[in-house]
Amino acid sequence: MEKTILEVEDLVTTFKTAGGEVSAVRGISFSLKKGETLCIVGESGCGKSITALSIMGLLAANAKSRGNVHFNGKNLLELKQDEMRKIRGNDISMIFQEPMTALNPTFTIGFQLCEPLLIHRNLSKKAARQKGIDLLKQVGIPMPEKRMKQYPHELSGGMRQRVMIAIALACSPKLLIADEPTTALDVTIQAQILDLLNDLKEEFETSVIMITHDMGVVAEVADRVIVMYAGEVIEEGSVEELFNDPQHPYTRGLLASVPNVDDPEFKLNPIPGTLPNLNEEIRGCRFHPRCPFAMEKCVQASPVQTNRKQNHSVRCWLQEAEADEYSKCQPSSAV
Amino acid sequence: MSTVNVSHQVLYSLKNVKKHYPIKGGIFKTVKNHVKAVDGISLDIYKGETLGVVGESGCGKSTLGRTILGLESATEGEMVFKGENISTKSQRQLKPFKREMQMIFQDPYASLNPKQQIGQAIEEALIIHTDLSSAERREKVVQLLKEVGLKEEHYERYPHEFSGGQRQRIGIARAIAINPSFIVCDEPVSALDVSVQAQVIMLLEDLQKKHGLTYLFVSHDLGVVRHLCDRVLVMYLGQMVELAPVERLYENPLHPYTEALISAIPRPVVGQRRERIRLKGDLPSPADPPAGCAFHTRCPLATELCRAERPEWREVEEGHFAACHYR
Repeated sequence: MEKTILEVEDLVTTFKTAGGEVSAVRGISFSLKKGETLCIVGESGCGKSITALSIMGLLAANAKSRGNVHFNGKNLLELKQDEMRKIRGNDISMIFQEPMTALNPTFTIGFQLCEPLLIHRNLSKKAARQKGIDLLKQVGIPMPEKRMKQYPHELSGGMRQRVMIAIALACSPKLLIADEPTTALDVTIQAQILDLLNDLKEEFETSVIMITHDMGVVAEVADRVIVMYAGEVIEEGSVEELFNDPQHPYTRGLLASVPNVDDPEFKLNPIPGTLPNLNEEIRGCRFHPRCPFAMEKCVQASPVQTNRKQNHSVRCWLQEAEADEYSKCQPSSAV
Repeated sequence: MSTVNVSHQVLYSLKNVKKHYPIKGGIFKTVKNHVKAVDGISLDIYKGETLGVVGESGCGKSTLGRTILGLESATEGEMVFKGENISTKSQRQLKPFKREMQMIFQDPYASLNPKQQIGQAIEEALIIHTDLSSAERREKVVQLLKEVGLKEEHYERYPHEFSGGQRQRIGIARAIAINPSFIVCDEPVSALDVSVQAQVIMLLEDLQKKHGLTYLFVSHDLGVVRHLCDRVLVMYLGQMVELAPVERLYENPLHPYTEALISAIPRPVVGQRRERIRLKGDLPSPADPPAGCAFHTRCPLATELCRAERPEWREVEEGHFAACHYR
């Protein structure tokens, strides 16, 4: 787990709309090591899916990305369409939220599964078919020979998601991006899929970026977590740090909004208000209108990133206030 | 939880309620088979309680909610609301009962008419069920808007101007407009973001306390159900699997299916490795449920007996029912 395989620097993604330019992602940076699972958490509209699509180069025509996305020594944002096409589905692949909309209803499972193998690996049709059957076995689909000839509508939701995973893994990618892979599934099926992803990750040493809003899923799969709010990263840390010592009021609010199944006395403590619109200009910290601890400073200036520990950083003025208080408590003689 | 208000007065009693949908086929469109969406539900709903209904998608929990409200006509069975059997009544005779029962829908984007001002949407129920003048109705709607946390100026706005959470508040205002006593909440928070979800849950709790409402809370989110409900019914393929007070169901689940459901929930706690009970496979088709115990195809405890015989629904402890041969 030492080699960095993906490095995102100051990624900004904007959309041209009738109402002017709208920023969905506002300068985020992170890196991912080999074999690591990074979870991006946030509510809908915070820019987590757009971040993934920007990395994949799958944005709509009215969108534009700036910044750097270094993968394998190349800046993905500067690649031409056909160069990117060689990477997509080969070195980087993606699992989407809705397996029904992501699979093509007019082609068989076998066709869609063999497609990346025929394109990227130059396998013969026969070899691709054999590899496809192996993949289906690997993701735990019974009777793979029969499934190869079936169409997506003949499979259940969990089964379709397994097919999606099989397609994504076909060319043994170095990086797998999973956009809410279990949100549309029932808990029992979700548990099966999470187990499967974990097993496969260990087997192939794939790095995974998992996008989700479910804190339970995060605790289960993540090594490191990024919390996004309104297009910005507001907290980043190892999964232990983030759950045991959350710092940003938004992260704490997220954790207090999900009823705990094991604790009957759990008190819900929701975050007031709703997410701002993308085109809403907010001065200072973008969370301050909803923050219970907002101060004068939060309205005036955007907070800087504070590194609490080696593997935990936060963007919140409270961090500084705390540090100030701390230094006040300890007279200069201590220094 | 709202255990305070729960009495033991039965509000709604169901006896062997079934809802089967015919599957037609062939050139003459003859009935080939039935999808047994709800297959023999018998239970009492007490006044003031929140009864949770949980299960995987396709287990019939939403259909049960709709059947109870008379939105779907039951194929079989008896439904007694406040001492009167309503399953035999005509639509016209049902009107006074419908005033007592309302529904909050899952998708706040689909359940509001995009061309209707939300004030009018809320007013609709008042026009049908009361004889208030238009000024009185407007006053009542404004009061309802405030009650669910919206403002008077929202009256003339259209649904697209609201966020998901606000739309769900509008849905709730519609449901409580005519002071019903019983509300079916069909996954009211599952389409919402977590921070907004918590706000809506708290609103539902407040309203229940204030108006003494009885909820049937259909959900697949077992965390929310534990937080909100007094008793929980677990369904599988249209059948009742387990029914118990919420504490007992989570602390001491009897049926292996309930056990698996509870153990499958991902917990937001790090560094705690729990052993999960893994269920094999998917939900079988409700058109062709397995013989014997419907759960035997996925059950880790299944034996010959389970394949041959359908287990009896029995009270294992006081107030704790389950249908399993081995518990």
